[in-house]
Amino acid sequence: MANVFTNIGDWVNERAPGMAPMYRAHMTEYYAPKNFNLWYYFGSLALLVLINQIVTGIFLTMNYNPSAAGAFNSVEYIMRDVEWGWLIRYMHSTGASLFFVVVFLHMFRGIMYGSYKKPRELVWLLGMLIFLVLMAEAFMGYVLPWGNMSFWGAKVIISLFGTIPYIGDTLVEWIMGDFLPADATLNRFFALHVIALPIVLLLLVVLHIAALHEVGSNNPDGVEIKKGPKGNRWDALKPADGIPFHPYYTVKDLVGVGFFLMIAAFIIFFAPTFGGWFLEHDNFIPANNLATPSHIKPVWYFTPFYAIVRMIPSFLGSAVWGVIAMFGSIGVLFAMPWLDRGKVKSIRYRGTGFKVGLGLFVLSFFMLGAVGAGITAEVMPVWFGDIDVTFWENLFGRVMTIVYFGFFAFLWAYTYFGWEKTKPVPERVTTHD
Amino acid sequence: MTKRQLLMKRYIFPVALALSLFVGSMSVQASEEGGLPPAGTNVHDQASLQRGAKLYFNYCVGCHSLKYMRYERIAADLGLSEQEVMQNLNFTGAKFGEPVISHMPEASAAAWFGKAPPDLSLEVRAKGADWVNAYLNSFYLDPSRPVGWNNTVFPNASMPFPLWELQGLQTAEMKPAKPGEDAQVEKLVLSHPGKLTPAQFQQATRDLTSFLEYASEPAALERHAYGVWVLLFLAFFTLLAYMLKKEYWKDVH
Repeated sequence: MANVFTNIGDWVNERAPGMAPMYRAHMTEYYAPKNFNLWYYFGSLALLVLINQIVTGIFLTMNYNPSAAGAFNSVEYIMRDVEWGWLIRYMHSTGASLFFVVVFLHMFRGIMYGSYKKPRELVWLLGMLIFLVLMAEAFMGYVLPWGNMSFWGAKVIISLFGTIPYIGDTLVEWIMGDFLPADATLNRFFALHVIALPIVLLLLVVLHIAALHEVGSNNPDGVEIKKGPKGNRWDALKPADGIPFHPYYTVKDLVGVGFFLMIAAFIIFFAPTFGGWFLEHDNFIPANNLATPSHIKPVWYFTPFYAIVRMIPSFLGSAVWGVIAMFGSIGVLFAMPWLDRGKVKSIRYRGTGFKVGLGLFVLSFFMLGAVGAGITAEVMPVWFGDIDVTFWENLFGRVMTIVYFGFFAFLWAYTYFGWEKTKPVPERVTTHD
Repeated sequence: MTKRQLLMKRYIFPVALALSLFVGSMSVQASEEGGLPPAGTNVHDQASLQRGAKLYFNYCVGCHSLKYMRYERIAADLGLSEQEVMQNLNFTGAKFGEPVISHMPEASAAAWFGKAPPDLSLEVRAKGADWVNAYLNSFYLDPSRPVGWNNTVFPNASMPFPLWELQGLQTAEMKPAKPGEDAQVEKLVLSHPGKLTPAQFQQATRDLTSFLEYASEPAALERHAYGVWVLLFLAFFTLLAYMLKKEYWKDVH
């Protein structure tokens, strides 16, 4: 038997001699720093969720009907009459939310350990593009079940483009293909969701990983292992602090996969709506352009960005500023490698200002999420009694918006003017688990 | 820093943070539905589902369809035979494999009630079991309404109360109205007892709500059962993966 495999291997090798070296370059001879910690699980987990979304998505398309008349019914058909349809759908809907959980943590890891800094700017930019495409993908996927929240969410989000001067209204009609989200909108969103954006996403993921493997992984110490001493057990010329990705990190990531799947399975089997956060109550009511849900809000992963739109007031006769700020809140992340002039990468050796700034940034992100999800509007009267909720919510949300953007402004000034007092970075990576 | 402190800082803190956010978000959601008494439903109580189905097909299906539920599925999930379902629950002459569709013509229904009675297949998923249960317990006589009924959970609902012969008649005691505002209901009192005692009636509405909860997601019956095994398998898998990792990483220093 072993002979058969060797023969097949030889046969392929003779005809495609580039394959084995490529496998080695990315797996058995890709040397990753040996000190990865908990935060380094989320890259491989994002890939796992992406594969889950594609596989479950394929099975969903087999029974889904992308028409305004049939979409809602076909989703219930999947939930009730298709064998294992409920499981496939819950895997897809839970996967969508967990995708954002994993990606947010992955991005936070990058900021915390300075993984966007030279020489990894391209890795960061490709990652940000992935995030952008992922948001578009998630938004369009959210519209497909054609529940009432799908409809009104689509209407509100698409209307944001209507704030653009001169071309706004035409643009909104062009996007929807109608005057309201309707059959045409659903058809094109379906096409984009299942074909166009996944292809772009896959391409970007390949480029993201290729760009990473070109420069090598960062690590919790922010030490460049390629610049450190050479020579490990496998190769005399490779970094001494590196270990082969396969099998070391493949088996390690498998443990992360196990834990992650337990969390995912718990949600899928015991709390698939996650208390209305992953699948919203109002989306179990069919789309109805005459009945507005009592609270129109996007799914949880868009709420921080949605809050920014709401918090920026209209002025000079236009509401476009909020939309600019919302796109700016993501756009500014693209500029991270150039805003942060600090040479020290890891938070372990950075100044107190960076640590406090990052903490406040995370806080503002959560608080904006709470504003966007309507939580602040709900708890303020409970906590503070008879107050002007709109006024206080706007004040709070605006302060948090300033903190969000303030982090980037501060980070630039902090590093540009050399205010940061860093600690000495060690020569070699310090620990592994 | 000792190794333990390091472990604390690097692992336990982020995990604790993630867990507290998780619990926090769940409790915020729980408080959002607040104010309503818990329905106490249990979709795994088959006897309760059967009683609920009986109530549904005697009192509700005249107006409300369950267009996503088939008679055949109800029979299978509730442990009933085809004969039992076709004789005792199906009063419209629908075939066994067909969905539960009310015979009320939609156009005249809209004329009678102002709005056609909604399909209830997903009512519990849209409104929550607590809401449905509280709604069924909160009808009271109100001569000012077109059909003579009002509801404290859903004020000015256009639906008459079909379970009145079971619950009896409730009337509202009003709070003294503040100037410039409509009078608010203080509490509901049972002015005329029905066939069931208040405790029996509460159990009946709980059964009915359980049945509707089941109807809004029949998969709930199976997913809980599978979930336990899937989690056990994954725990075992994770343990194996962890041992494998330990073995491989022995020589990394």
